[in-house]
Amino acid sequence: MNLEEIKSQIEANVPGCRLEIIPNGSPSGQHSLLVDVEHGFTVASFLRDGATPRFDFCSNVTGIDWPVKEVSTKTKVKKIVDGVEKEVDEVVKSQTGGYLEVVYHLYSIEQREGPVVLRMRTEDRAERVHVPSLTPIWRSAEFQEREAYDLFGILFDGHPDLRRLLMWEGFVDHPMRRDYVDPDDYEYEPTAHDDVLKRAQAHRPAQEGGL
Amino acid sequence: MDEQLKSELRRQGVVATSLQELYNWGRKSSVWPLNFGLACCAIEMIAATMARYDLARFGAEVFRPSPRQADLMIVAGTVTKKMAPQVVRLYNQMPEPKYVISMGACAISGGPFKQGYNVLKGIDRYIPVDVYIPGCPPRPEALIDAFMMLQRKIDAQYLTGPGRPRHLDAETPSEFVVPEFGPHDLVPTSNSEVWSVPLVNISNAGKNEPGRD
Repeated sequence: MNLEEIKSQIEANVPGCRLEIIPNGSPSGQHSLLVDVEHGFTVASFLRDGATPRFDFCSNVTGIDWPVKEVSTKTKVKKIVDGVEKEVDEVVKSQTGGYLEVVYHLYSIEQREGPVVLRMRTEDRAERVHVPSLTPIWRSAEFQEREAYDLFGILFDGHPDLRRLLMWEGFVDHPMRRDYVDPDDYEYEPTAHDDVLKRAQAHRPAQEGGL
Repeated sequence: MDEQLKSELRRQGVVATSLQELYNWGRKSSVWPLNFGLACCAIEMIAATMARYDLARFGAEVFRPSPRQADLMIVAGTVTKKMAPQVVRLYNQMPEPKYVISMGACAISGGPFKQGYNVLKGIDRYIPVDVYIPGCPPRPEALIDAFMMLQRKIDAQYLTGPGRPRHLDAETPSEFVVPEFGPHDLVPTSNSEVWSVPLVNISNAGKNEPGRD
């Protein structure tokens, strides 16, 4: 089983869906399949019921936060400088990220195949953070989607019971986001260093002879 | 009565004691712990009560499932912020005299999860702790040691005077503030009556290590 085959299977059966294979450069080579949000539910139900092999088990759901990041790539461009053609490095700046991602790991218990890694991305990190819930397809996703909602703030449309799982109701932050700032409750650290040391010093400016 | 005379009399078959000694002996020999655990330390706590380590030798074999019948709270494991109000509430429901053993790195300070967003940095922020046991998790012997230390502490308590324990002093409170869930953290983040930021000199921390300025 390879991902290309599964991709073409899905494309043949779910019209209009936009799929993209995201390569994994590590030795494991566990490439993943990016599915658009509109067709996410249909693609998932096809993978469970129509595909060969049938992916009857969802083992893991997790979230990833991709904050906006500026990436500069260097390309060599031929330019005419002072009448002479030269190879010049040109830096192209572009932005990546700025969305939340949810990742599903699917297995076929029946055929002993897997995992197929399914990804879906939200539009941004603030308001439009909706993805379809796959809990109606795989019940095992229920608590893990709740966890992803709790820690990343991803809203799963169609989830039967989308409440916080680890933090309490009334907690407003999403602690696994990259820009989460934890509450500043300083206390003694035996080996304070870096950020913890800065924080510790900020809390007691005068006591130790003017830090 | 001085100790020498007392042991002399004891050799002659006369037992001399004081009300305080008798009272403390009775209390220390039958401390009933509250039957609750929070994480892996609880497994060690269970092991300490079983046949091999046998906490029953010290009179603490009766783990009560109700705080109303318990004297000792063994905070065995990680206290998450979500769990902290319940732990404080259980402590408040215990009748005086009551004692707390803070078992393991997590219950003492948050342990390996100290910098985490959901773990309380030590149960002593909300309730007074009598004995701390370091370890991750501590072995049953360490719990027994802590228990014996608690027994020595009970044995040394005076029934009268300014240093008398809390349960004999009507002025001191036996219930403590139960924290509430706030939008970012527990409110309050600690009880200033029982806990304050430890005074430790941190001005030189990190300065004398190579590779740091």
